[in-house]
Amino acid sequence: MAIKGNLRDFNVTQLFNLINLARKTGTLTLEGQSESAWVSFREGKLIFAHIGKEDSTLPGILLKGGLINPSQLRAIKTHAASKSDKELGLMLINAGYVSQQDILNSIRQYILDIVYQLFTWLDGFFRFDTDVLPPEDRISIRLNLENVIIEGARRSREWEQLQEEIPNLDMSLNFVNRPGANIRDVNLNVEEWKVVSYVNPKNTIRQIARATRMSDLDMRRVVYGLLQAGLVEIVRPEGMPLPPQVKQFKPVDEKQQASLVNRLIQRIRSL
Amino acid sequence: MQTVKMVVTGPFNAGKTHFIQSVSEIDVVSTERKITSEAERVKETTTVAMDFGRITVDDDLVLYLFGTPGQKRFDFMWEILSEGMLGFIVIVDSARPETFREARGILQTFRAYAPTPYVVAANKQDMADAWNVDDLRIALKIDSKVKMLPCVANDKESVKKVLLELLYSILEEINP
Repeated sequence: MAIKGNLRDFNVTQLFNLINLARKTGTLTLEGQSESAWVSFREGKLIFAHIGKEDSTLPGILLKGGLINPSQLRAIKTHAASKSDKELGLMLINAGYVSQQDILNSIRQYILDIVYQLFTWLDGFFRFDTDVLPPEDRISIRLNLENVIIEGARRSREWEQLQEEIPNLDMSLNFVNRPGANIRDVNLNVEEWKVVSYVNPKNTIRQIARATRMSDLDMRRVVYGLLQAGLVEIVRPEGMPLPPQVKQFKPVDEKQQASLVNRLIQRIRSL
Repeated sequence: MQTVKMVVTGPFNAGKTHFIQSVSEIDVVSTERKITSEAERVKETTTVAMDFGRITVDDDLVLYLFGTPGQKRFDFMWEILSEGMLGFIVIVDSARPETFREARGILQTFRAYAPTPYVVAANKQDMADAWNVDDLRIALKIDSKVKMLPCVANDKESVKKVLLELLYSILEEINP
């Protein structure tokens, strides 16, 4: 019988720990709020991961890793569509496009990027299916889970902190109109510049994350840095309706209300 | 008889109960209980439901001051307490920076509950290691338009000043 439950009760760290200690072989399916993910293990080692509609074939992974460009990806898909990942990998190595180490590093990074993201999932259904493994033609690697768990737990704590700081990605960013604050004078890295180029009350943080292909965690990290540096502020997106106010003042006569407040002021002064 | 309500909120041990006690004409109806959490054992008791103080203005008008429970697990009470409030005061313990993040969260929560005026009281300004109001404003990311006032919650004059500033803000909102 499959191990199944909700991440609220048994989180990703605990699941990975269980899989590691019990040296399990199979695939863990996680259903998050907006997408699903599949993580495969062999005898307690992490061997593969796939999330949502992401292209987890070798060409897709190499594109994500920056080892091929989109036109090369198209060419590979046109001319080598029938080849398995293993055959394609050999072909690319023999043609001198990439080394074996390049391929393994890209797959490793791809898997870890997905898995670390999963540590931030606090809610959702999970199921572990014993002996279900990724298709044979996929190139799998073997990663020790201990290090993954330690790093994942660290990121999970960071995630909680960042989520507290930036709880809503559907808000926008705007440059702070502060004397002396000039974005050109600040040393930003490539990711920060990418985000800065989209800063505009019309773009939500979530939209910027999509446009820059950044994970929610990375996006929150960048936004947190920009906020702390006092370069940007969080604003309501243009055109976003105000949230319904649960509690509103009853419509009152302004004169009456002013009189009431003035009476309160007089009373408190006299205390 | 008309009654109006102000809410006094802030993190655990920020000084909400003292604040209300300083100006209430009745003994504050406090629902304090012994603290069970080791992490929060910086004082013996804490408010678990609400503090309740009263200032009678005249025969027709009474002001009630409600203090929210400081421990996070009682935050389900906040929305109930915020209903119909005239304004609210966020009390911050100026000497405990570890509570600033929570104070900011509480402030944002109350702002979401009701669009009423509010002020921030930087309490425990009489303590040697209290942060000054300007530094606190930056740490808490309080907009320069929001009044942030130095406060000593067991000093009646200090509390009166905070209440008055909140009332002035309410008045400004009525007559911009």
